[in-house]
Amino acid sequence: MAKIIVVTSGKGGVGKTTTSAAISSGIAMRGHKTAVIDFDIGLRNLDIIMNCERRVVYDFVNVINGEANLRQALIKDKRAENLYILPASQTRDKDALSVEGVERVLKELADDGFEYIICDSPAGIEHGAFMAMYFADMAIVVANPEVSSVRDSDRILGILQSKSRRAEQGERVEECLLLTRYNPERVEKGEMLGVKDVEEILATKLLGVIPESETVLKASNQGIPVIHDKESPAGQAYSDAVARILGEEVEHRFMSVEQKGLFQRLFRRSA
Amino acid sequence: MSIFDYFRNGKKDTASIAKERLQIIVAHERNQRSQPDYLPKLQQELLDVIRKYVDVDQDQVEVQLDNNGNCSVLELNIVLPDR
Repeated sequence: MAKIIVVTSGKGGVGKTTTSAAISSGIAMRGHKTAVIDFDIGLRNLDIIMNCERRVVYDFVNVINGEANLRQALIKDKRAENLYILPASQTRDKDALSVEGVERVLKELADDGFEYIICDSPAGIEHGAFMAMYFADMAIVVANPEVSSVRDSDRILGILQSKSRRAEQGERVEECLLLTRYNPERVEKGEMLGVKDVEEILATKLLGVIPESETVLKASNQGIPVIHDKESPAGQAYSDAVARILGEEVEHRFMSVEQKGLFQRLFRRSA
Repeated sequence: MSIFDYFRNGKKDTASIAKERLQIIVAHERNQRSQPDYLPKLQQELLDVIRKYVDVDQDQVEVQLDNNGNCSVLELNIVLPDR
């Protein structure tokens, strides 16, 4: 049985695609056969984040419509051995995805031996976002420590609890929170919501905290998922999150301000 | 902490304001979410019927559904205008 994980948020620009790229790469690097599907029909972007934008021939909608088979559409990642990408279509027909079509593709992937299927949801709560979350076993709700993002995350949690297939069957999607663009210094100054605050408001289990980091933009510039950058705090935080998804107990990091050297402290005081 | 932090004394930090605002709106929205989908339409139709007889405003009608175990109570609160 493949585990289906949706990466969702409601609000746009919080790091869903960055997270989908990092998490799917991380799971694949740990030896699991993984597929990552871009559900953002019309605004395909996972391909450019993962540096395979020039290798797209067929897409998700082509497979659903029977114009191509899955093997033709899946793009093998060049960095992680067990990773395959199914790009979104650039069609303007938003309703190109159907429940039956999506279910068929997911089943075909599972039958093909895929252990993890990551669904990169579009922003919003419309059809594409609904399709991405409907079959999920687990949901990673990506949020920034900022009012609009936290509010939208709560909306998404409500939809997962009422509209997903698991909810319809009286079960529950395993929900978890991933807080991205976290800045412990600003939290300490009282300028940013802390991780405990967001956990308390959303009452959802914490998967991880990704610190705000320059390396995230540098990684997307090059099309290398940030998890490959072992030096970067953001990359390390994603690796920790992947370990937790795989059932390991890993202590949370990057939640507080690092102890600075005396020189840096003096410099900050005078600033 | 820098010395500038002393100037903030007495004022709440903005993160606490954010948390408070979020707790209120999230609680409100969760409450609405647990209500059945037909409630707004029911409210509208009830209002239309009442308006046939009395002149009431949109915001003078309150419909609320409370669940107490296996029994649900539909509460209807209508403020009639002064004569």
